[in-house]
Amino acid sequence: MRVIYYILQKEFKQIFRNRIMLPIIFVIPFVQTIVFVYAATLELKNADISIMDYDKSSLSKRLISDFEASPFFEVSKIVPNNNAVSDLLLKDKAKAVILIPQGFEKDVLSLDGAAIQININAIDGQSAGLINVYIQQIVNSLAIKYLSSDINVQINTIPANAEIRSRFWYNPGLNFKYYILPGILVILVTMMGTFLTALNLVREKEMGTIEQINVTPIKKWQFITGKLLPFWIIGIIVMGFGLLIGRLLYNMPFEGSISLFFLATAIYLILAIGLGLLVSDYANTQQQVMFLLFFFFLVFVLMSGIFTSEESMPDWAQAVNRINPIYYFMKIIRAILLKGAELKNILTEMISMTVYSILVMVFAVWKYRKTH
Amino acid sequence: MKRFRGFLIKEFIHIFRDVRTMMILFLIPIAQILIFGYVIKNEIHDANVAVLDLSKDNITKEISGRIDAAPDFVVSDYLNNYSDIKEYFSSGKGAEVIVFEPNFAENFYGQDNARVQLILDASDPNLSNLINNYTSAIIQTYIADQTMSNSPNAIITTEPRMWFNEGLKSSYMFVPGTMTLILMLITAMMTSISIVREKEIGTMEILLVSPLKPLQIILGKVTPYILLSIINAISIILLGNLIFHVPIIGSTILLLGVSILFIIMALMLGVFISSVTKTQQIAMFISMFALMLPTILLSGFIFPIENMPKVLQWLSYIVPAKYYLIAIKNIMLKGVGVAFIWKEILVLMGMTFFFLILSVKKFKLYI
Amino acid sequence: MNNNNNKIIEVRNLVKRFGNFVANDNLSFDVYKGEIFGFLGANGAGKTTAIKILSGLSYPSSGKIMVAGYDVYKQRNKIKRSIGYMSQKFSLYEDLTVRENIHFYAGIYGLPFKQIQNRTNELIEELGIQEMANKMIADLPLGWRQKLAFSVAIFHKPKIVFLDEPTSGVDPITRRQFWDMIYRSAEKGITVFVTTHYMDEAEYCDRVSIMVDGKIEALDTPTKLKENFGVNLIEDVFIKLARK
Repeated sequence: MRVIYYILQKEFKQIFRNRIMLPIIFVIPFVQTIVFVYAATLELKNADISIMDYDKSSLSKRLISDFEASPFFEVSKIVPNNNAVSDLLLKDKAKAVILIPQGFEKDVLSLDGAAIQININAIDGQSAGLINVYIQQIVNSLAIKYLSSDINVQINTIPANAEIRSRFWYNPGLNFKYYILPGILVILVTMMGTFLTALNLVREKEMGTIEQINVTPIKKWQFITGKLLPFWIIGIIVMGFGLLIGRLLYNMPFEGSISLFFLATAIYLILAIGLGLLVSDYANTQQQVMFLLFFFFLVFVLMSGIFTSEESMPDWAQAVNRINPIYYFMKIIRAILLKGAELKNILTEMISMTVYSILVMVFAVWKYRKTH
Repeated sequence: MKRFRGFLIKEFIHIFRDVRTMMILFLIPIAQILIFGYVIKNEIHDANVAVLDLSKDNITKEISGRIDAAPDFVVSDYLNNYSDIKEYFSSGKGAEVIVFEPNFAENFYGQDNARVQLILDASDPNLSNLINNYTSAIIQTYIADQTMSNSPNAIITTEPRMWFNEGLKSSYMFVPGTMTLILMLITAMMTSISIVREKEIGTMEILLVSPLKPLQIILGKVTPYILLSIINAISIILLGNLIFHVPIIGSTILLLGVSILFIIMALMLGVFISSVTKTQQIAMFISMFALMLPTILLSGFIFPIENMPKVLQWLSYIVPAKYYLIAIKNIMLKGVGVAFIWKEILVLMGMTFFFLILSVKKFKLYI
Repeated sequence: MNNNNNKIIEVRNLVKRFGNFVANDNLSFDVYKGEIFGFLGANGAGKTTAIKILSGLSYPSSGKIMVAGYDVYKQRNKIKRSIGYMSQKFSLYEDLTVRENIHFYAGIYGLPFKQIQNRTNELIEELGIQEMANKMIADLPLGWRQKLAFSVAIFHKPKIVFLDEPTSGVDPITRRQFWDMIYRSAEKGITVFVTTHYMDEAEYCDRVSIMVDGKIEALDTPTKLKENFGVNLIEDVFIKLARK
């Protein structure tokens, strides 16, 4: 027991003396967290669109001003010129070019059906889809206003109707930040746990100090505990810190129980650190560690549901997620933070994660050899 | 020149001997592309939803039936009261609960409006938005079918033309994006690590006292990685083209040329990083986290820069990846030539020289 | 200085293979308590391999080996308590101070706190490094690091100390001082097993074995070796053996 104390002492001293690494480990990820949250938005804002008005009627002018009023678009009115369309799109001067044809007002008045041409730069398919939808909405609402008020038009009475009301729970503002923030915390904690542990262990290998430890009578489990415990502690602290920042800066919701939250974090860290140990068992240089981890990290993060919904993935991918540690933690954290889930709601995920943690840790320790 | 060749050969041997790292070098881009292509989708299929039917009449049954029949949805649960909703969401069983208010069928054809509530688990805002839209569409289609009334859509129609990417394929974004990310990251990181490792071991000093000039040392270190990165770039383009049908409309030579320019810039950046760091650990961390995240976030790879706050938009101007991404997207997907992307090319060249000069200076100081 | 009744290391038919390459080829020898036993040989002869096996860092492919009275296969832990080790790859932590390094290793060997305190102060006085005691290892000159590493290796008063090329890269004066330390510890009863490729250091040992290509080609006191081969320097013994 005392032996572990000595190792802990040494490890903590070394970690905190590492003047250069320390800020890098703590500051850079946090800065990026903050930047990330502001950058990571798929909502449309101020998209540059150009409108060419061949009709120049009062209706077309009304349509244009509706577009100008929309927060989604930045409108530039262009002198009508057929060649300009491709030029504008090729040169990225506009995301969309709208053509209001001659005779627009006339066709609408006579209920003949007027057509507006929309040209959208669809390289970013998702944005393009959104732009299209928003343009449609603006056009539709003009048409509805028209139908109901402006001119006496005979329309069929609508015999049947239902009113659809949508309510968005947990995140009524559809705030993307609330969605992304837990993901970022997970990434941070995973990095602390896995990367740092693996690098630290392999570093001792590379430098040869591990030999000096291996000749001593210290038992394997004592050494490993002493080595891994600091990172476990640091991981939990970092998580707490990140949570604090999330609350203070973004008002991130915290619906569930704090103890459940930290319990899940503690278990997950065992898993993450165990993986770090496992990787260090197989790698000989820090470079190898970095690449190995980076590869798995990338794959697991992308698939874990941090950025995109796990629901939308094909079935085989969802099956692969069964061995994705980040997936479990992500689900649990989101449920606790945003939905106030209790243990009974996330029981399967918690149990799976716990079992996974134990398996990985046991295997990694078994694999670690003092003697070769 | 012979010295240089000898040095170069040693560098190649170093790299190719480390089989594990090599494998991963080539696996990463492939994995990333495959994941982006097959795994990450922003559509729904077979999403679980629940129905809370407080009316239980033939209309609500029909509507529920339609929802279940739609390929996007599966009605997984029929709830009994409001309090069940919390449980349903907390356990992650589904993303939406459709609530039919009482007397639905009566009100449907009557004076009052029949009411249906769509309650969504908005912890994933994008998904819930999509689900909301799809569900509304299904219900509205039902209404329209029942009434055959005029819809506003008949009065003014829009004819959208999707330029450059008719199918709105996401691969058009992520293949160039992956190329950018991989080239930047791997190139810069590999180079900086390799150089710093020599510093750590101590062999760098030997190189510096040898007749090799600092410029030769840099070039020698950097050349193998240029080759590796080019191979990587080509394999990504091929993958993108063959599996995901991302075209190369413009000149392939121009594409390769710009890519090589970007690679060289990334290498110079890597050299620069190595000249200011002392240990491999730091070099790796800086390459990965000071380079990777800005490249992912601020280059326009996933998140459009125009949607970001002003500050971040300004920041994006110093992210090299942004310029490369613009250039290759234009070449590949719009088929334009140098005339359209000369600005980006110039910026990249400028950055390359900037880092090169800085690095050579640092090396000179080192002696 | 031979104490023929007390063998502290017994090696019979030690073989170590790495794939097809035989690093240690059927080695058999004994080391006696309290002697300074030198293990000479060119680089790559198999010295480091052998010392790693004896110190418990590596498993032999075959052979019967007893270290400090314990069997190398079954009683590893007991061996580890009784030995010390110092390698050519430096073994003290650069980012800890002198005191902290001593403290750490002593604690791992299970020394009680008070004892560590006392012995540490003794050691610092003995070496005369009072001003350096709270400095980082990284800030110490190389010669001091070697001496310190040795002191740490014997801090827990082991029965045997294994030294793998301890004087590599060190100036002649420091080397001389280092060997003084080795003598002093041998006088206190610690057996010293040292590998080196400095042939002149062979003169300082009680007995010397010379390894060539994985085999022991000669084993005796330095004087007898020089007699048998008719030369004046151990170096020449080695050259003759290597040329065979």
